[in-house]
Amino acid sequence: MITGTPKPIEEILEMVEPYDNIIVAGCHGCVTVCRVGGQKEVEVLSSTLRLAREAAGNALSIKEMSLERQCDPEYVESMRPVVEDYQAVLSIACGAGIQFLAEKFPKTPLLPGINTGFLGVTERQGEWAERCQGCGDCVLHLTGGICPVTRCAKQLFHGPCGGSTAGFCEVDKDTPCGWQLIIDRLKALDQMENYGKLKPYKGWSASRDGGPRRIIREDMV
Amino acid sequence: MKSGSNLERVLEAGHFSVTAECGPPRGADPDHVRKKAAFVKGNVDACNVTDNQTSVVRMSSIAGCMLVKESGVEPLLQMVVRDRNRIALQSDLLGASALGVRNLLCLSGDHQKFGDDPQAKNVFDIDSMQLIHLVKTMRDDGVFPSGDKLEGAPKFYIGCAVNPFADPYEIRVPRLRLKIEAGADFVQTQCIYNMDTFKRYMEDAKKQGLHEKVKILAGVTPLKSAGMAKFMNKFVAGIDIPDDIIKRIGDEPKEKQAAKGIEICIEQIGELKEMEGIAGVHVMAIEWEEKLNEIIDGAGLLPRPVIEQEAVSP
Repeated sequence: MITGTPKPIEEILEMVEPYDNIIVAGCHGCVTVCRVGGQKEVEVLSSTLRLAREAAGNALSIKEMSLERQCDPEYVESMRPVVEDYQAVLSIACGAGIQFLAEKFPKTPLLPGINTGFLGVTERQGEWAERCQGCGDCVLHLTGGICPVTRCAKQLFHGPCGGSTAGFCEVDKDTPCGWQLIIDRLKALDQMENYGKLKPYKGWSASRDGGPRRIIREDMV
Repeated sequence: MKSGSNLERVLEAGHFSVTAECGPPRGADPDHVRKKAAFVKGNVDACNVTDNQTSVVRMSSIAGCMLVKESGVEPLLQMVVRDRNRIALQSDLLGASALGVRNLLCLSGDHQKFGDDPQAKNVFDIDSMQLIHLVKTMRDDGVFPSGDKLEGAPKFYIGCAVNPFADPYEIRVPRLRLKIEAGADFVQTQCIYNMDTFKRYMEDAKKQGLHEKVKILAGVTPLKSAGMAKFMNKFVAGIDIPDDIIKRIGDEPKEKQAAKGIEICIEQIGELKEMEGIAGVHVMAIEWEEKLNEIIDGAGLLPRPVIEQEAVSP
């Protein structure tokens, strides 16, 4: 899923300062699962903002909305009948959702209520960790199902570097060394021969270095 | 000859080689490099010039190499893939070769987290293994990795670094083999203090005949004090200093600890000289270049051999 973290309330209050009435928009997708932008978070954030603005003697009127997905035109349209009644939309979906609303409602300022993080997994209750950078050219079949681009701080294709100590990365003593994980798994799978080959230079054009990416499925268009 | 460098000539002639390193300054003062080069001159076959080591911004290694070269010392250019994409790497390689730099050490580079710009974006477009391959392709095939023909191939004696003391151990020799397959001509190791681990590493490398495919220069760093030894052991990843070495230095009074560190370093070089498969030493006297002569002379490695230069096309 796409993960994120809430922006500090002070930063959000500063963003909404010029407005008297706004929509706070959540999303039932990834950000609901990682508890940062779902319906419940819309309610909590809206209450906090109302109370803060009332206390400041500058009341803020808020419409609470939660879309099924902010990244899908079908659901975004549900906001159209009301969006122009408000001065701005504070979205707590991921960056894709926020931008999609901005695209669909060009006259309405869009404010980000969260900092979008990474493509990750729930390791345990309340803890998420990155697993994929969407680099567009997957090599997981060669690396024991563990991604060197994401899990190695230097994105090495022939790791580990000299900074791997007792299974952990020199960049952060609590972060496992991605290449130690890869080697352990290749050994367990009896696939160590995959380590002993020089890999071609990665084509980063399939990643963000090729500019904004687009997928067109002719069979679906 | 692949590069015609002095280091290559000395190693190919079968001599036990000596390299050292100069860290460029945190500023634009060329005299800083010249002073260090003066300590190095006459004691080594080539001198590494580090490339923003520990991600701390310093004078560029290519500029440092030129200052070292002008001082009469053969430079060895360190190049990390942390700060340059493949375009910048190729360009700097061409420039360095054009300026007469003939030795190169291909490195990943310390993560920027450890430097003074931890918010910097890192590059790592290719890794150090692939940089070795890139340089070899340019040197031996006369083409860019893209396939286009070079107007003059760069001439480098290609080096790589290995750390026999990092984890996991079992990947260390296979990783050296990969670097040799990618095109490394010589290796400089991380500082060796734990001889037992290093001997095991060399035995494993020799089983695969790797010592015959690449020139292995064993890395040593003299310890200035027991405090420095403890600090490095605890905080520098991939450094393994056995307790008995720390104790030997620590048993000395403070003012004599540096001399003991040098004595131990000379002993280590003596032991490494006798080890099969070791082609030389790389003496990293960090901010202690003035002691290089004492160490290298003490180890019986002076004067350095002079090997006639063959004609090498530019």
